[in-house]
Amino acid sequence: MNGTPNWSVGERLEERVLPPISRLQLIKYAGASGDYNPIHLVDEAAEEAGLPGVIAHGMLTVATMGLLFSPYLEHGYVKSFGSRFSGMVNVGDALRVGGRVTGMETTEEAMLYTFDVYARNDTETAAAGVVGFLVYGE
Amino acid sequence: MLYGEFVGGRSKPLLNLVERGAVRKFAEAIADPNPLYVDEAAAKRSRYGRLLVPPTFPRTFDYGHIEGLKLPSAGMIHGEFHISYERPLFVGEEVFCRMRLEDSYDKQGRKGLLGFLVFERTGESPDGARIFTMNDVVVVTEVVRRVIEA
Repeated sequence: MNGTPNWSVGERLEERVLPPISRLQLIKYAGASGDYNPIHLVDEAAEEAGLPGVIAHGMLTVATMGLLFSPYLEHGYVKSFGSRFSGMVNVGDALRVGGRVTGMETTEEAMLYTFDVYARNDTETAAAGVVGFLVYGE
Repeated sequence: MLYGEFVGGRSKPLLNLVERGAVRKFAEAIADPNPLYVDEAAAKRSRYGRLLVPPTFPRTFDYGHIEGLKLPSAGMIHGEFHISYERPLFVGEEVFCRMRLEDSYDKQGRKGLLGFLVFERTGESPDGARIFTMNDVVVVTEVVRRVIEA
């Protein structure tokens, strides 16, 4: 576990490169989320929808961006999380996720940081978002 | 505008239990090994004293149905997602969930007329206190619109 984060505006979170998305992960995410939309599981269904093959669930990409904040959960939590989907994530894509501090605000019992975050594959930004992470005072 | 007559429509609140096994499976699926999601002993030692839930987990709850609203089973595209918490959510909690169709509007896109549906989903504790508010934008392509309007 990391120490209490003490970010400054403009600071970047270290980019993480994740293992390539596998079919098995999509099957696991379908089971864990209840989203069995066949475009994530069956190539024929994806092709019928005009896609080259199965694509990852958008919410899996969002959750992947959330991994950036997991090391700090001892000290606070993700208070808000927004994301816009701008590209497809295919099987085999190794997503890179990262972010940057855009603001900080002191409240009575905590510090609220805001971040711009992204998930990119080799060709495009698959999702871009904004995270509010609340750090409790000691 | 798609489903215009349902804008403002709400589902009845449904009770969801934040199950430990469901959270463990979800944490595994998103490849987040954080012990605060799965390890009771680690959670007990933490400031929270109990197991946390990954931030996007509430998307898996059952929010019920808006009376009469039948969405197509395929072809809808998730355009945007947003969740905002009043406080952390914990394993073992009971959450009353409901949804509302907030808005519906059309926009001309490069590949035809796109429909946008804006949903609000909320979770409350049994005493009626809001825990989280979720907003999703779902995009309906022209091809799917023809199916809906047929």
